[in-house]
Formats: sequence, structure tokens, C-alpha cells
Amino acid sequence: MNIHEYQAKELLREFGVKVPRGHVAYTVDEAVEAAKKLGTDVTVVKAQIHAGGRGKAGGVKVAKSLDEVRTYAEEILGKVLVTHQTGPEGKEVKRLLIEEGCDIQKEYYIGAVLDRATSRVVLMGSEEGGTEIEEVAAETPEKIFKEVIDPAVGLLPFQARRLAFNLNIPNELINEAVRFMMALYDAFVTKDCSIAEINPLVTTGDGKLYALDAKLNFDDNALYRHPDIVELRDLDEEDEREIEASKHDLSYVALDGNIGCMVNGAGLAMSTMDIIKYYGGEPANFLDVGGGATKEKVTEAFKIILSDPNVKGIFVNIFGGIMKCDVIAEGVVAATKEVGLEIPLVVRLEGTNVELGKKILNESGLNITPANSMADGAEKIVSLVK
Amino acid sequence: MGVFVDKDTKVLVQGITGATARFHTKEMLNYGTKIVAGTSPNKGGTEVEGVPVFNTVAEAVEATGANASVIYVPAPFAADAIMEAVDAELDLVICITEHIPVMDMVKVKRYMEGKKTRLIGPNCPGVITAEECKIGIMPGYIHKKGHIGVVSRSGTLTYEAVHQLSEAGYGQTTAVGIGGDPVNGTNFIDVLKAFNEDPETEAVIMIGEIGGTAEEEAARWVKENMTKPVVGFIGGATAPPGKRMGHAGAIISGGEGTAEEKIRVMKECGITVAETPAVMGETMIKVLKEKGLAEKCKTH
Repeated sequence: MNIHEYQAKELLREFGVKVPRGHVAYTVDEAVEAAKKLGTDVTVVKAQIHAGGRGKAGGVKVAKSLDEVRTYAEEILGKVLVTHQTGPEGKEVKRLLIEEGCDIQKEYYIGAVLDRATSRVVLMGSEEGGTEIEEVAAETPEKIFKEVIDPAVGLLPFQARRLAFNLNIPNELINEAVRFMMALYDAFVTKDCSIAEINPLVTTGDGKLYALDAKLNFDDNALYRHPDIVELRDLDEEDEREIEASKHDLSYVALDGNIGCMVNGAGLAMSTMDIIKYYGGEPANFLDVGGGATKEKVTEAFKIILSDPNVKGIFVNIFGGIMKCDVIAEGVVAATKEVGLEIPLVVRLEGTNVELGKKILNESGLNITPANSMADGAEKIVSLVK
Repeated sequence: MGVFVDKDTKVLVQGITGATARFHTKEMLNYGTKIVAGTSPNKGGTEVEGVPVFNTVAEAVEATGANASVIYVPAPFAADAIMEAVDAELDLVICITEHIPVMDMVKVKRYMEGKKTRLIGPNCPGVITAEECKIGIMPGYIHKKGHIGVVSRSGTLTYEAVHQLSEAGYGQTTAVGIGGDPVNGTNFIDVLKAFNEDPETEAVIMIGEIGGTAEEEAARWVKENMTKPVVGFIGGATAPPGKRMGHAGAIISGGEGTAEEKIRVMKECGITVAETPAVMGETMIKVLKEKGLAEKCKTH
């Protein structure tokens, strides 16, 4: 799960991470009010969307007066920002962060992330702040320093100190940098983050250290123990169909194509997309109905697929293990009848109770194209939507 | 033969009184797996499908001599269940449970350092040595005894590969699901190593997916060490970056973990990669023919 920058900063502040003062604003008036409250000479107006690259897209402006705050707030609120992370359709700005300006001396990068190779959290730092860490990693990997953290003892002060020295943080700010990193790691572990990224971390003219930007992602599997984080979810930032799917415990990801897919198992669902593409089609979605799908769940899955206006055909690909093919077949028949399917439907069933499943489909009198294998099914649906 | 589990493996089911565990205990017993005990706190002294239930793993091991466990405990309690099994010094722990928080698994991995137990999973279908021992949730009937080893991050893709092989008359030794989570116990290399040493296994199918770099590391290991042919497949070539594709570990992030890169490295390391999931079996048979192993591996 993702949250907004202003939410991340509020949360990090509770852990003792230094962040600039700021307030969220939903309207232009609120933005001006927030700037008044801050009372600083320079105020930053920042678009709040769940995507990076906001500055380049015109979503971050520095205001030197309340009038300028008003002008920028009017300009940014409601604007659709297109960044390298939003996709070509962009994202509409509905919230602003009004923040005190800082006299930036230098920008650094600090990030905590899970390292899959060691199964441990790694704290990464770089002197190349403000640039995407992937870019730094690709071009100048020697400028990235890492500390692998032992979960039994957590981040140790000497590790944080070593990282701070490696980043050439000024001597008088080393201790503050250590406290900053310890607090960041504490927040990461306590709140079950999957990413905690400060880019940039800045040193200022008045000798301070701040998280100028903050990005926190959370482990979806751990949300059950963080109701406070769940409350920060902004449904405006998520795909409607993905929200609907999550309500029914279906794993769904929207894509750009026109062939809807319903599959059991994540690996098979991904591969079904791949094989559609292989035969010249374009998948409209990833959808894993899971191992314990019922007739009701299959019906919901169908409705979600069909709510995408781009979908011109559906491919159901099931390898019944624990999931029995007759249950799937009944679900498909019930769903087809309920939603009144008018586009081609190809069904491939294999595995437990496959004969019974095929019989149910055959006897349903519905216009269902059966497939003998995954390849056969993919070929058929691709030719049917052409 | 086969790897990790065989007809002599004595299995303990952790969380045996839950509905899913009950169902699969019955399925495993039907397959012929030796289920000797179950655990469920406060349910000690009862029975499930004729299997005695104990309060703790240590107690169950002492009373029955179980040397492997399978975990069906719900996600919030699964990490604790794994560590309880490790503490009881079981040889093998297979965790089926999905949705375990990553930080829990980070702790589990740390706890397991220096301990004797092998963990398979979590978020996996389990392990099956054909016609000997099935531990997990896979459909038993598709597996036929033979000479091909299968290792995979995905459950249903494992079934797909096994089914294709069995249909064509090529049986398997063991199919190992290592799970779709970013932090897991046994990795590709561990399983490949075991298959390499197993006298019954003649060739291996390795099924990966997007996310992480485990496939690349395994491919490099194969190039250096593997004496048996390996066929591969990677799911998720069309997956967009930054989106989790069902499995917690199936995500392309920071330009890392793309199918394209995995396939490139695998090919470079001498692994024959199937072009689509529909031809995993076919590709294996082609390789077996090239290596003169087809006759030996044709079992039925």
C-alpha cells in the first residue's frame, strides 16, 4: 500500500525523523491558510499524488508570497500530472502539501528496502540525492553505500555512522544523521514498510538536516496489524476495478489490452497474459481467482472483467488442483447467465473433475468455445477478438 | 528416491484442526503419505482423520518420531509455527501458508541460521515425490514416477509442467514448490543441487517468474555445477513494472526482476528456455532427445 508524501512525513515525524513543517490542503483557501500558519518567507506548494517525478511535471512550486501560494495552488489543484510513474493518462491532483521552504546546501539519498538476496533489510545511501536511485545504480554504482541490518539487533549506530561518513555528510551533522537513520529504520520495522525512501535528504544553510521528500510503501500482508496505516489509504489513487477485486479477495491488475483473463494461481495468470501476447493478442488484465474460488467469486471476477469497456473477449484458463473444474464451470455458467455475456468466451479446463466441468459447460447451452490446452485457448481467443 | 521427501518421511501437520488442513490431511493420507501427528494448541489428545493431535510440536515429535512438518496455520501465526518446528529440530518444514508479513520471514530466516532444519516455502504448493509421498496441496494424480525433477515459484505452473510431462509419458522424481514470496526458505540453487546429486533425476525443469534475481543466480550456478540438462520457463514477460502480480515476490522494481533479463541470463548459462508455458514439457522432451536421455526417461 502507498501513502502520500505528507502522510509519510507526519508518520516519520512521530518516530523522530526530521521533516520540514507543513500542512495538507484540499482547496486553494486551505493552501493560503496553511501558508499563513507556517509564516515563513518561502513556502513550497507540492502536488500530492502517488507517483514520483512531480517536480518535472510542474507539480512542485516555490512561492515567495501568499499571493504566489494562491496562484500556484489554483494552478496545481485539479491539474492532471503526467510523470514517468503515472502512465500516459496521468493523475489528477486533489491534495497539496504546503511546506516551509529550506535553504538547501546539499542533497543526499537515504532508503531502506528489503534485500531479497540476504533476506534482510538494507539501508542504502548516496551522495547523489535528488536523482533516482536506479539511475545512480546503473551509471555510478560505486556511489551507493549499503548497510545490511541484522534483524536480531537492528540498525547499529556504528553502521549509521559509517554510512554517514561514506556519504560525506559534514562532521557537525554526523550525529544528527545517525539519529535520522536510526529513526527511519525504527519506522520501517515498526510499521512493516516495504520501502522507506528519503530523496532527497538535505542539509540546510542553518546547519540542519531534513527529509525534503519521503516515500513510504507498506507490506500489504502486514496491514492487519496496522489499522492506523490502513486509514491513510486514498482510494482516489487506485484503479476502481482493483479496489472492487480486493473486496472479494481477488488478485487483479488492470492492463491496456482487450482480452480479459480469469485464471487460478498467480504464475499461471501471468503466463496466460504472456501466451495471449505470444499469439498476437493483448491481455486486458491479470486476474488470479485463487485456490478456493466459489461460484460467487467467479461471478464477481466476471463482473469486474466486464466492467472494463476495452474487453472484447474473455479467456478462462483453469488448472484445477484443489480447485475443482466443476465448481469453476458452474461459476462460469452462472456468471454468464447473470451478466448476459455478449462477447466471445473461451474456456480451458484441466485437472480435478475436468470431465464433469466440461459436461456442465456443454450442457449449459451457452455460447462457450472450449479449448483443449492453454495454447489452443490463447489462439482461439486471439482470433475471436480480431 | 527423489529429493527431500520419500516413502519413509514421517509427517506432522501443524494447525491440523483447521478446515483446509483437515481436507489436505485426508488427501495426503489417501496418497499414501505417512502422516503421524498433528498439532493444535489446546486440542491435544483429540484426533483428526485418525491422526493423533498434540499441543506442541516438541511433544508430537517425541511421541511419534515425526521428521517433517507441513504448516497450514493462518498467516499471523505462521512465522511462530515455523520457528516452533525449527526449535523441535525437524529435518524439513514445508509452509503452505500465504500472506505472511515479510518482516516476520526476515526474523524467521535469522532464527534459522545455524539450525539443522530446511524450510520450503512459504506461499508454496509443497513437495511431492511421485507415488511415494505428497506433502502439500497439489493434485496428486497428475504426478507419475520417473526421472524429471521440477522446481518452481508457482503452484499452478508446476501442475501445468507436471501434467504436460505425464501426458507425454515422462514421469517425475520430485516436484518442489519453493513459493512466491520475496523471502523464502529453500531457493532454486538448493533444489538444483539436490536434483544434481539424486541418482534417479536425469533432468530438471526450473520455473521462475518476474521479481528478484533468484533465477539469474540459479542459472549461473547451473552453468558452473550442474551435470544434468535444465529446461526453464519464466512467467510474467508481459507484466508491467511496479505492480505486484498476485505473488508478493512477483514485482519488477527498480529495473530489476524482468522476465527478459532472466531469460537472457538463463540462455547464456546453457538453460533451454520454453517459449510459452504450453511447451514446457515439449521443450524438455526435445532436450532429452538431444542428450540421448529420452528413452531412459520415457516411463509410460
